Amino acid sequence: MATTTTPLPAVAIDHRGHSTTRNLRTVGMVWTRELIRLRRMPTRIISGIAQPLLFLIVLGAGLKNLVGGQSLPGGVSYQVYIFPGILAMSIITSALFSAVAIVWDREFGFMREMLVAPVSRTSLVLGKAVGGGSVAVVQGLILIVFAPLIGVDLTVARVLGMIGSLLLLAFALTAFGIVLASRMERMESFQMVMALVMQPMMFLSGAMFPLQGLPTWLGVLCRLNPATYGVDLARRTLLGSDFALTIGDWVVPVWFDVAVILGIGTAMLAVAVRLFNTIE
Amino acid sequence: MNAVEVDQLTRRFGDFTAVDEISFAVPTGELFGFLGPNGAGKTTTISILCTLLHRTSGGARVAGYDVETERDLVRSNIGLVFQEITLDDYLTAEENLRFHAVMYGVPAKEIAPRMDPLLEMVGLSDRRDQEVRFFSGGMKRRLEIARGLLHMPKVLFLDEPTIGLDPQTRFHIWDYVDELRRREQTTMFLTTHYMDEAERCDRIAIIDHGRIVAIDTPDALKASVGADTVMLRTTDDATAERELGEHFGLEVEHRDGQLVVHVPDGEAFVPRIFGSLGVGVSSVNVRRPSLDDVFIKYTGHDIRDAEAGNAAQFAADAMTRAFRRS
Repeated sequence: MATTTTPLPAVAIDHRGHSTTRNLRTVGMVWTRELIRLRRMPTRIISGIAQPLLFLIVLGAGLKNLVGGQSLPGGVSYQVYIFPGILAMSIITSALFSAVAIVWDREFGFMREMLVAPVSRTSLVLGKAVGGGSVAVVQGLILIVFAPLIGVDLTVARVLGMIGSLLLLAFALTAFGIVLASRMERMESFQMVMALVMQPMMFLSGAMFPLQGLPTWLGVLCRLNPATYGVDLARRTLLGSDFALTIGDWVVPVWFDVAVILGIGTAMLAVAVRLFNTIE
Repeated sequence: MNAVEVDQLTRRFGDFTAVDEISFAVPTGELFGFLGPNGAGKTTTISILCTLLHRTSGGARVAGYDVETERDLVRSNIGLVFQEITLDDYLTAEENLRFHAVMYGVPAKEIAPRMDPLLEMVGLSDRRDQEVRFFSGGMKRRLEIARGLLHMPKVLFLDEPTIGLDPQTRFHIWDYVDELRRREQTTMFLTTHYMDEAERCDRIAIIDHGRIVAIDTPDALKASVGADTVMLRTTDDATAERELGEHFGLEVEHRDGQLVVHVPDGEAFVPRIFGSLGVGVSSVNVRRPSLDDVFIKYTGHDIRDAEAGNAAQFAADAMTRAFRRS
């Protein structure tokens, strides 16, 4: 081993507390990390699209003969009807999953490295939310490729609108996931989240069936579920306004969908930042 | 100037006092060691100094900043190597370092000039593009040490840096640490329960049940224990014993067929034996007091007994739990 005593090159570092540049670069770095990790774990992508494809192809084909024709707006096939819903569901799953990876970070120590750094917790949470959101959208985009196969007409405008909707939904859901994960200590809790949060959220979202003519209790529950507005946004972006959600006689406008998702996403982000600030 | 100043620092977890009114200072450039069994309060102290844990009372300054009121300034001026690995397994060595550099505000174009020689020094240059999950425990440690120094901290904290590593790897880690110290002159604050690691420190503090029971250089601490032990094998023990008494006024003990005497400076004493004993000496063994002896003297127990003890283990567990919660 060399026994040189030459000092290593010194660098000029601004050691003064928070700086905006440092925090912004941190957002970018946390975001990049999510994408790098996705690339290193291709199985995550596969498992992320396997379940939606099963729903779409197997369940969709299986139920096609029971549902469809006159029972769906515009007489579209059941597969076409559930396609936007399935996309939204895959976004929800994947966004929650990347947020819950925080629990892993905690278990394997990397969380420590981030929490002791002289950066604001807000930048860590923001980076995570944007990162988790992008990962979810990447998976959503892979699924969009299947749209023409089941008979959904894709136009540039529809695809762009879809990407926008998915991005919004993914961001809000990741923020929600971070809130859940910031108080979770063990990975087992993740199973609980799956059962108590993710599945009810998906079943009550109108992803699999129209929300008209349901028993009152079910209709109310579905309309209280924020995910419903994400599914609605995705469906009318891709299939048109015939498919719009109604509350009573009121046809929910697009801006209302956006406002609900954005509002909940922002609120969740604020809560996540607060929770992160109290972690030592 | 002192890199670390601690004044009457106390931390309680419920009824349990993990750190009990300790005070000490570490001058800039020193390699300072905290020696004590698990559960003695080492990690609690280091966590407070690194702003990871709030103190109950007392105060501490690190790199000139208050650990309670100037946390971010403390954080950007220290490097940390924790007991557990805190690398991202799915990032490469270089990506882990870059991530760190960004969070600590190293300007983008200065990352490489600083990172490259550090990677070189810890022997990971050719592994920089490999994901960390393929690294051995020793390689991960080396990478963490390089990472801890990446942003030119004024103080590097190493909490049990070689725990769980095999002896050969531990030895290598120390080679790297010594080299880095020669080149960087960073103040290093180490906790350990290995005596051989404590030996390497400029000064050590012995901590037991949350209190500092002794603090000095390893040599001074050993000298404070008392005399060296000299063991002799002779051709005629009876004569030798009588002559040792007559010439040096020493009391002789018998142990395992050897004559044992205690003298202040064993190495200087040995040549004098040959000059004054009329009998043949077949072997001489001089043993200086070890840090084990020092530890026993100041704490009243062996460091390994302390670790085996249920009380200490309970304390350690309580601390870990409290740490996770907070």
